[in-house]
Amino acid sequence: MNARWLIADSRRLGVQAHGVLRAHKWWLLRRICQISVLGLFMLGPMAGIWIARGNFAASQIGGVVPLADPYILIQGLFGGASPAIPVVTGAIIIALAYLIVGGRVYCGWVCPVNIVTDAAFWLREKTGLTRDRKLDRRSRLGILAATLLASALTGTVAWEFVNPVSLMQRAFISGIGFGWAIILAVFLLDLFVSRRAWCGHLCPVGAFYGLIGRGSLVRVAAVNRDACTDCGACFTICPEPHVIVPGLKGTGSPLILSGDCQNCGGCIDACPVDVFRMTTRLTVPQAREGG
Amino acid sequence: MASSKRKMNRRTAITETARAAGAVCLGGFSLAALVHMARQADARALRPPGAQPEADFLSACVRCGLCVQACPYGTLSLAEWGQEPAVGTPFFTPREVPCYMCRDVPCARACPTGALDGDIAIRDANMGVAVLVGHEDCLNYKGMNCSICVRVCPIRGDAITLEPGEYNGRRIMIPTVHSRHCTGCGTCEKHCVTGHASIRVLPRDLGLGGSGRNRAGRKA
Repeated sequence: MNARWLIADSRRLGVQAHGVLRAHKWWLLRRICQISVLGLFMLGPMAGIWIARGNFAASQIGGVVPLADPYILIQGLFGGASPAIPVVTGAIIIALAYLIVGGRVYCGWVCPVNIVTDAAFWLREKTGLTRDRKLDRRSRLGILAATLLASALTGTVAWEFVNPVSLMQRAFISGIGFGWAIILAVFLLDLFVSRRAWCGHLCPVGAFYGLIGRGSLVRVAAVNRDACTDCGACFTICPEPHVIVPGLKGTGSPLILSGDCQNCGGCIDACPVDVFRMTTRLTVPQAREGG
Repeated sequence: MASSKRKMNRRTAITETARAAGAVCLGGFSLAALVHMARQADARALRPPGAQPEADFLSACVRCGLCVQACPYGTLSLAEWGQEPAVGTPFFTPREVPCYMCRDVPCARACPTGALDGDIAIRDANMGVAVLVGHEDCLNYKGMNCSICVRVCPIRGDAITLEPGEYNGRRIMIPTVHSRHCTGCGTCEKHCVTGHASIRVLPRDLGLGGSGRNRAGRKA
C-alpha cells in the first residue's frame, strides 16, 4: 500500500518541489487548530478539565473571558431578544478577533464542518468525480438574509434549528442524535452534486464571517507572482478560487483582499515556486483604486 | 460585489433585484415554517429554573450549554435532533433526573444571554407544576398510605400536602399540589412508585386551569 496515494492531486507539484511536510504545512496547522479548539471544549465534559466552558455558540474561557458567536447573537436580535452583557461582550471580542486574523479564518481554522467538506473534496479528486452543478456563490448571502428574515418572523434564532456547523460542534461537546444525517447530507452534497457546494456557496455562517473578513488585517499575498508558472495548483486547491485572480493575475496589489478568502494557506502549500506568503495588509503595499 | 461591476441596464437590474428578493423571501418563509413546526414545545420538555417564557427563551438562548455544564447533578442536557424540545436548547426530564433546587442556582447564573434569569431565587422558579394525573393508579387513591410524593418534596409541607377525602366510598388521603409553592422541580415525579409516574410535572399552561369564565363561544 503506497501512502503517497493519499496525497491530494492538487498538492503533487508542491510535494515534488518542497517535500511532503512543507506541502502540508498550513493544512497541518489548520487541522491541529481545529482539533485543539474542539478538544479544549471537550476536556471539560469528558475529563473534568475546565479550561473552556460552553461551546462555539457562547463560552467562558478560564472562568473569566466570555466569547460568543456574533451571527447567532444577531439572529437573536432579529428575533426580538434583549441580550445580557456577557453574550454581547463575547460577540464583540470574537468579531474583533476575526477582523484581525481574517473573517473566514473561522471556516478554515475552527469550523469542524470544514474537515467534512475538505474530505469530500479530497474524495472527489481521488475518485475523479467531476459532476459539478453550478451554484451561485452569492446564494449564501441570500441564505444569510433569509435566516435573519425567518428569525424576525418566528421570534427565534432561526438558523440554529438547522445549522450543521452548530450541530457538529455540539456532536463532540454534548451530543447530536439524528443530526448526523444533516452532516452526511452536506458531505454527499459536496461529493456528488457540486464542487465545494456547502462552504463555498451555501453556508450563511461563512457568508457572515466573509463580511467581517472584508476588512481584515492578516491576508495572503501573491508577493512573488512574477515567478508564477501557470500550473494551476493554487486554483485547484483553493476552496474559493475566484479570490486568487486579482492578486495573482492583476496589475494592482498582490494582496488577496476578498472577504471570501479563508487564509487557509492552501495556495502556499500547493505552489511549487513559492508565489504566496501569509502576510498583512500593512506589510504589502496596496494599489490605489483602479491601479 | 461582482454584480455591481457588471454592466447592467435598468431592466436587468430590476429583474435581478426582484429575483434575489424573491429567493430570500422564499427561503426565509420556508425556514420560518420549519421553525414554527419545530419549536412547538413538548409537554415533556421542561426548561431550567429562571427560564423566560418559551417565546422569549427561543430568541435569547444561543444553545451554548453553559447551564448544562454548570449543573452539579447532570440534570440538564441540550436537545439533540429527534428529542422533544427545539434542537440545541437545554431541558430536563424529571423522571430521569429532577432539579435538585440548588440554593445558588448555578445553571441560571451561568447563562450569558439572559435566557435564564441569574437573579432568580430558586423557590420562585417556575419550571412547571406537578399534577396528579394518574388517579387510577395512585396508591393513595387505592386507600394505601404511600404518600412518597409528599415526603420527598423539597418544599415540604407547602407544595404538596395530604388532604383527607373520600373515593369509592373509602376515606383516603389525597396528595394535593399547591401551584403557588410548587416550582416544578420534579422530585415527586422521579420518586413516584408506579410504573409510569402518576404525578408528573407539566408546563404551567398545560397543568393548570385558569380562573374566570370560559370564553369559548362568547363575544369579546
